[in-house]
Amino acid sequence: MAGSSRISIVVVSGALERLQMAAMMASVGAVSGNEVTVFLSMNALQYFRRGAAAPAPEGAFGKTLVEKKAPGFKQLFQQAAELGDAKIHPCSMAVDVLGVQPAELEPWLLEPLGLTRFLSDAQDGQVWSF
Amino acid sequence: MAERIIIDARGSFCPGPLMELIARLKFGAVGEEFEVLSTDKGSASDIPEWVRKVGHELLGTREEAGVWHITLRKTK
Repeated sequence: MAGSSRISIVVVSGALERLQMAAMMASVGAVSGNEVTVFLSMNALQYFRRGAAAPAPEGAFGKTLVEKKAPGFKQLFQQAAELGDAKIHPCSMAVDVLGVQPAELEPWLLEPLGLTRFLSDAQDGQVWSF
Repeated sequence: MAERIIIDARGSFCPGPLMELIARLKFGAVGEEFEVLSTDKGSASDIPEWVRKVGHELLGTREEAGVWHITLRKTK
């Protein structure tokens, strides 16, 4: 496919608006023929525990997003994985610090990934951080 | 020729209509026609862009009473 590339997305924020934007990029990127890898760390990871509720919106735009029932960020990440083969990994360091078992995370997350591997996967592609 | 498949994504926001279309396209047959209904103006320009990028055939985009109708044919 013309114009496809590798897209690496680092998500460290636990703010709803940032999670939403990251999920939009991951899903649209993945279904448009790009190889998408998502790396979830820091404040973001807790929201990917199985069944965890989304954080409260940070600003007015986020409130409107929720009121208007925009597709949720977890639904979009899941679609990125299922419809576009996006590879969504928790950061291995964040998994250790949080003390969470991989089985407690959403089932569409892949195995924990270390930074060395993420950085080598991200080589020669677009890198986005949220 | 089979009936056109309607995907009613009215009330959903970007990228909801696109993702709904892709979910349905996956199980569609080559040659089948799809029509997305969307009230989200962003999707009305983004879906045709996606169709061109991925290489399906865009049949048309029109607006009727605040609803965009994007029609396409699955080519692969």
